[in-house]
Amino acid sequence: MKFGILVFPGSNCDHDCYYVIKHVLNCEAEFVWHKEKELKDFDVIIIPGGFSYGDYLRTGAIAKFSPVMKAVKKFAKNGRLIIGICNGFQILLEAGLLPGAMLRNRSLKFICKDIYIKVENTNTPFTNKCADKKVLKMPIAHAEGSYFANSVTLSSLIKNQQIIFRYSDKSGNITDSANPNGSAENIAGICNKEGNILGMMPHPERCAEAMLGNDDGRLIFESILNSVKGVLR
Amino acid sequence: MKTLEREEPKVTKKLANDHGLSDGEYQKIIQLIGREPTFTELGIFSVMWSEHCSYKSSKIHLKKFPTKGEIVVQGPGENAGAIDIGDGLAAVFKMESHNHPSFIEPYQGAATGVGGILRDIFTMGARPIALLNSLRFGPLEFAKNRYIFEAVISGIADYGNCMGVPTVGGEIYFSECYNLNPLVNAFCLGILKKDAIFKGNASGIGNSVIYVGSKTGRDGIHGVTMASEEFDDSSEAKRPNVQVGDPFTEKLLLEACLEVMKKGLIVGIQDMGGAGLTSSSSEMAGRAGTGIEIDTSLIPAREEGMIPYEIMLSESQERMLIVAEKDKEKEIFNIFKKWDLDAVKIGRVTGDGKLRIKYEKKIFADIPVEALTEEAPVYERLIQRPKTQDEINFLDVNQISIPDNLNDTLIKLLSSPTIANKAWVYEQYDHMVRTNTILIPGSDAAVIRIKGTSKALAVTTDCNSRYCYLDPYKGGVIAVAEAARNLVCSGAKPLAITDCLNFGNPEKPEIMWQFEQSVQGISDACRALNTPVISGNVSFYNDTKGVSIYPTPIIGMVGLILSAEQYITQYFKDESDIIILLGSNKDELGGSEYLKVIHNIERGNCPEINLNLEINIHRTLLDAHKIGLIKSAHDCSEGGLAVTLSECCVSNKDRKIGAVIDLDERMRADALLFGETQSRIIITASSAKIDSLKNVLEGYKIPYALIGKVIGERLIISNNGNKLIDTSIDNLNNAWRDSISHKLR
Repeated sequence: MKFGILVFPGSNCDHDCYYVIKHVLNCEAEFVWHKEKELKDFDVIIIPGGFSYGDYLRTGAIAKFSPVMKAVKKFAKNGRLIIGICNGFQILLEAGLLPGAMLRNRSLKFICKDIYIKVENTNTPFTNKCADKKVLKMPIAHAEGSYFANSVTLSSLIKNQQIIFRYSDKSGNITDSANPNGSAENIAGICNKEGNILGMMPHPERCAEAMLGNDDGRLIFESILNSVKGVLR
Repeated sequence: MKTLEREEPKVTKKLANDHGLSDGEYQKIIQLIGREPTFTELGIFSVMWSEHCSYKSSKIHLKKFPTKGEIVVQGPGENAGAIDIGDGLAAVFKMESHNHPSFIEPYQGAATGVGGILRDIFTMGARPIALLNSLRFGPLEFAKNRYIFEAVISGIADYGNCMGVPTVGGEIYFSECYNLNPLVNAFCLGILKKDAIFKGNASGIGNSVIYVGSKTGRDGIHGVTMASEEFDDSSEAKRPNVQVGDPFTEKLLLEACLEVMKKGLIVGIQDMGGAGLTSSSSEMAGRAGTGIEIDTSLIPAREEGMIPYEIMLSESQERMLIVAEKDKEKEIFNIFKKWDLDAVKIGRVTGDGKLRIKYEKKIFADIPVEALTEEAPVYERLIQRPKTQDEINFLDVNQISIPDNLNDTLIKLLSSPTIANKAWVYEQYDHMVRTNTILIPGSDAAVIRIKGTSKALAVTTDCNSRYCYLDPYKGGVIAVAEAARNLVCSGAKPLAITDCLNFGNPEKPEIMWQFEQSVQGISDACRALNTPVISGNVSFYNDTKGVSIYPTPIIGMVGLILSAEQYITQYFKDESDIIILLGSNKDELGGSEYLKVIHNIERGNCPEINLNLEINIHRTLLDAHKIGLIKSAHDCSEGGLAVTLSECCVSNKDRKIGAVIDLDERMRADALLFGETQSRIIITASSAKIDSLKNVLEGYKIPYALIGKVIGERLIISNNGNKLIDTSIDNLNNAWRDSISHKLR
């Protein structure tokens, strides 16, 4: 199994994703420069966090025009798995691969800290290993993470079980005080209707090793391995 | 073809004075080049001979620093210093000030401070792995200070976060002496293969001189001259002198530079920082003993009609100067093109030892490089102990009343911004990116693992400027000792330091006395602790309207942990663990945060420091830790024993825990609780291991005492059976945890 990790000018969690895939999970991983036009041999594409193009216009707004994004759309159409983390989630929204938009955090400040998320749907390629542990501790690190969508979109996300992660307290209660950035419906991560594209603001790659004091993030990657292996066999 | 529409003004003595050059310095220029300088030459001399670039007031004193040692791979003189950390790797680090720009334009000043120190590190070929910041502000009660504080933090956050380099720590103090002169000192740590260090050398006659990065604009012209003057009411009008940061371009520059270095395509490289193209070109030629010829008409410019003077003096950010062999040019250009960056050949290395600046065919400057570097003035400034020093050191403690309610006193101290939790700050910094931060900010030091090895590095910055004001020598010693103690409390062996020496106007003999004393103190401590000085920076003229800051020589120290997972945290772990004080309590109140916050007194003597005891305590702790006897360790510093114990109780927000302490001392209650006696560490051990621990402690013959137990949900401190402190840890936590954000509302 092979992961492709997209690299835009300004990506900065690309190396962290690479490290987890290659050295923690012992899978194949390869960087994909944003000017590439094809995504041939990959089973999964990761769009990592960072500040693509400095996020100068709007987060993800310029990255969506990179040549590789056309290939990403094709990859998605073929039902392959795509996971966008933080800036990657923002890019997926701007590219129209996921519905909604990101607003600035309600504090108007960048926030980097551990938070808790509740896994709302464990029947996905990204969360199938979370059935026994539905509340995960994970760091966030963003200035624009307040998810927004109109009420029609929000209703359909709820109806189709597309809300995958919600910000919660340690016990899994979805409360306003557990919402770090003001996201609608406490949304921390959503998928598309087909279920093969996930966008999430928290960083699973930053908590996939015991040495970092937390390996909850590993469950996300193991879920992906689990589902892709299932398809391949 | 571009034309230069503006004539250069005629150079006069008056114009030289306006450039910050003294009459004597102007005469020396004429003597060195044998004629009147041109306008461009005057500009070049003025920045190269500025205090900021030439170190003319500090040079003779800095020679005292111990700079050699087995582990030193690169000492002072390059863009940054480097030490050997084993496994074929070197740690590269340096600290630099950006005080003056941050006073004038706090957001951009702080942001470009971070940008500058990052370039110093990756110029060496190292990938930056951690940033720290040592910050000083005036009290948050004043709106202007709140504005400066918030803007500086945002500037640091936005730059570091976008770069993808974690900001993992540092320290922040608040004091009236920084009211109109905040300090922003940025520290960066990088890592590289020991045999792959790049230097700022323009060697190889005929080699190409290549300009890479952002385009040159008129921003920052005379930035270093501004940094070499006192401030007055007109200073804020110098806002155009402050550069504007573009972290995205810097991120591209970082990746592109590391790529050309990894491929072995370059001979030398230097960051265009203070004094821009002027200092980078002359310093590179100076180190190699060569000359450089540049055609300024080739330089990528952001504005039209810039004259050579402006181009040479611009401090536009995110630019580098590269020297490379001719046949490597094309490959270099291709790599920079891939990263959408300008890379242009602007000149060549010559053999005549001159810095020659042309615009097309016309020569605008032709100066022997040595005149700019080696021949720059060096001053032995007058030194005079301030007449007021005796008065400052006088303190009659009998005139100071002991507060009736010591619980309230402790709460007040915990909520004072210098002591309070800094999460409001570091949660705005991405302190986790690159997934190496195994001990996040909020402990005595930050700990960064080194992937591909079993090791980790611990980093800290330290300086108590009140101590330095009361006694600059001891203050300097303590800054080093405390930095080392912080590393030891994290389980690391201290290796080496960088420094950032922030002082007032060196033309005042009293300031030079503070400087000379501090440097001596730092030197003595570094010799004793065997932590050489491998890089550093001096920032003078931190005076506003004639008032100087307290002497603030900040120490950045790096230490090594052999097994990364064996770092130590400061907070108490489990019920019934035994609490031990290493070191001894003394009746010392002078210079304490307690005297300042509760009694508004900043006088007396700063605490004593005995370096032999300090070293023994470090050895004891590290040895005991090696055999697994230590569960927590926390340095006892500002706020004294009571504050240290409180922090041990509450700093793990997921698991706050109480303690009961019984002391047996004969001294004032406030001195015992809040005095800042040095060389003290609070550690805990499980009761099962206490006998083994005692054996280690006895072996080193250090003073120590079993003072209590981790238990319950209150902090209770008694002395000779009298309860001095008895309060719930929730009270302590509430006072400490969110104090800064409350003060900003």
